[in-house]
Amino acid sequence: MDFAFLLVTAAPLIYAALGEVIGQRSGVLNIGIEGMMLVGAFFGFLVAGKTGSWPLGFGIGAACGLLLAIISSVFTVKLAADQVVVGTAINFLALGVTGLGFRRAYGQSGQLLTSPELPRIWGIDPMLVVAFLLIPLVWWLIQRTKWGLALRGCGEYPAAVETSGFSVNRIRIQALLFGGMLAGLGGAYLSLAVAGSFAEGMTAGRGFLAIALVTFGRWRPIWVALAALALGYAQSLQYSLQGRPIFGVVIPAQIWLGLPYVVSLLVLIFVGSGTVTPQALGKPYRKEG
Amino acid sequence: MALGSVIGCAGQNGSNSAIDNPASRDFTSPRGNNVRSNSGKQLLVGVVYDSGGLGDKSFNDSAHAGIIRAKKDFGIEEKSIESKSEKDFEGNLTGMADAGCDLVVAVGITQQKALEAVAPKYPNVKFAIVDAPVSAPNVRSLLFTEHEGSFLAGYLAGLTTKTNKVGFVGGMEIPLIKKFQAGYEAGVKTANPSAEVLPAKYTGNWDSQDKAKVAANLLFTSGADIVYHAAGRAGLGVISAAKEQGKYAIGVDSDQDDVEKGSVLTSMIKRVDEAVYQTVKDLNEGKFTPGNKVYDLKAGGVGLSEMRFTKDKIGKENLDKVKAITAKIIKGDIKVPSNQEELAKYEQKLTAK
Repeated sequence: MDFAFLLVTAAPLIYAALGEVIGQRSGVLNIGIEGMMLVGAFFGFLVAGKTGSWPLGFGIGAACGLLLAIISSVFTVKLAADQVVVGTAINFLALGVTGLGFRRAYGQSGQLLTSPELPRIWGIDPMLVVAFLLIPLVWWLIQRTKWGLALRGCGEYPAAVETSGFSVNRIRIQALLFGGMLAGLGGAYLSLAVAGSFAEGMTAGRGFLAIALVTFGRWRPIWVALAALALGYAQSLQYSLQGRPIFGVVIPAQIWLGLPYVVSLLVLIFVGSGTVTPQALGKPYRKEG
Repeated sequence: MALGSVIGCAGQNGSNSAIDNPASRDFTSPRGNNVRSNSGKQLLVGVVYDSGGLGDKSFNDSAHAGIIRAKKDFGIEEKSIESKSEKDFEGNLTGMADAGCDLVVAVGITQQKALEAVAPKYPNVKFAIVDAPVSAPNVRSLLFTEHEGSFLAGYLAGLTTKTNKVGFVGGMEIPLIKKFQAGYEAGVKTANPSAEVLPAKYTGNWDSQDKAKVAANLLFTSGADIVYHAAGRAGLGVISAAKEQGKYAIGVDSDQDDVEKGSVLTSMIKRVDEAVYQTVKDLNEGKFTPGNKVYDLKAGGVGLSEMRFTKDKIGKENLDKVKAITAKIIKGDIKVPSNQEELAKYEQKLTAK
């Protein structure tokens, strides 16, 4: 097994999960992350494919994730709507838009889906490096900056943050937008760097896996990234284990295809949520008085 | 998973809107003068495509080609619907029958259960299904000997591989696709006993080009220089990988040689178009019969493409060898294995020789 391949399969999860950490630390549970990844994957692929420029693809991917996050923030933060309901709506919106767009752009033509190759040294591409640089950066943002302190406050006890002169809603919007952008980048990475192709609904639950990873990683960027690597390992493993006899028995492909999901389910069962969960997670904040 | 079900609903809504307007056949069609039907009225043929959908340049497109030909020759009217997931099939088939179709064609083995449920409810409607046997007095099953065609594909791969390693990417891991795989492996081993067929990869569906591409890339980096796919639209990912890596893909169902000229060694053509065309023709002439109709190598139901773009690289010698082995299969000298057990026996016999 190629080590770089493992890192590459894990990278979309790292992007998305780091974005989700920031959001959840501020108290916003972004269920719509799956949809944000999907729009990033589709529009990033579309633009990179048509223009031949992968950086532009990633830029568009991030912008599309951001756009969905803006829509989401209006409902979840400004209008204090239920975060799960809004997130679910965002996911359906993304599924519909990308499905329609995909059929419009490639539909019945049957043309080959190819995207510009990212430059690679030993299988490592620039956006993979960015993903790993983001790990300490997000940690630093959360733990070492004033904004990070306020962010954590928003997730634990928003009223206290508000009284010390910060706007809870503004910080939450910032966190959500940052997360949306990262999810879009993760999606673009999936279509442009991992697959070099697009399929309807290709994120296949990776956004939800990212949410699971955040719980698993105890809302800490480094642990979350490690968890993403473990899951990426399961995802890359299934490709190479397929069809290979184990103790003389060939295990059906369906079992390997389900492996990443089984791993994440097991992880959630054994880790569950604990006392480190941000106390105000999922609760909209309304100013008192 | 919840997402899947919603796409399913969307598909069904789509299907309803497509069948909302079936009235057109009651009026004189603008193509009415083309009608050569015996009964004098224009036949309405409904086609339910599977999840790969039109534009897969493979399985569904082949069925579509047959319908287009039938339209031209018999002036039939066509009604078609693509299905997004397995949950759509029953609704789509029922919708087609309700819309007054004379014949409903279910394209793809994944519609087998749905058709088994729908066909008995519409005894006056004729059905045809591609790739799966369904026994009912109003259903014709169009079956193919994919293992024979795949054997030829494997044989050619075994002759032309330079790395002595070849691969296979399938769609769903079901007996039908295992049939492709078994025939292919037997072909490779027959041509070149020292060649290795790498462990087969499956995408788990017919439309994930991304997964097929990752799988093919993995096979290519593991040393394979030819990868055969039996994955419908998803298989386009294999061709795309072959193009990017400068290796060969082998196409399936339709002639995919021109999908990427020079990157597709050959295509295992399965004449779904011909089977569908003949079914419409029989119905038009009042000769529709239920039961299994098998299209084999002998009947030209399966076979290799013309290799328009790769002929010179393959060389006349190899092409002649393929011709010779084709004749042997047709004569019955070689019995091509169609599943893993038969393949194991076949390989034993090969090594014994």
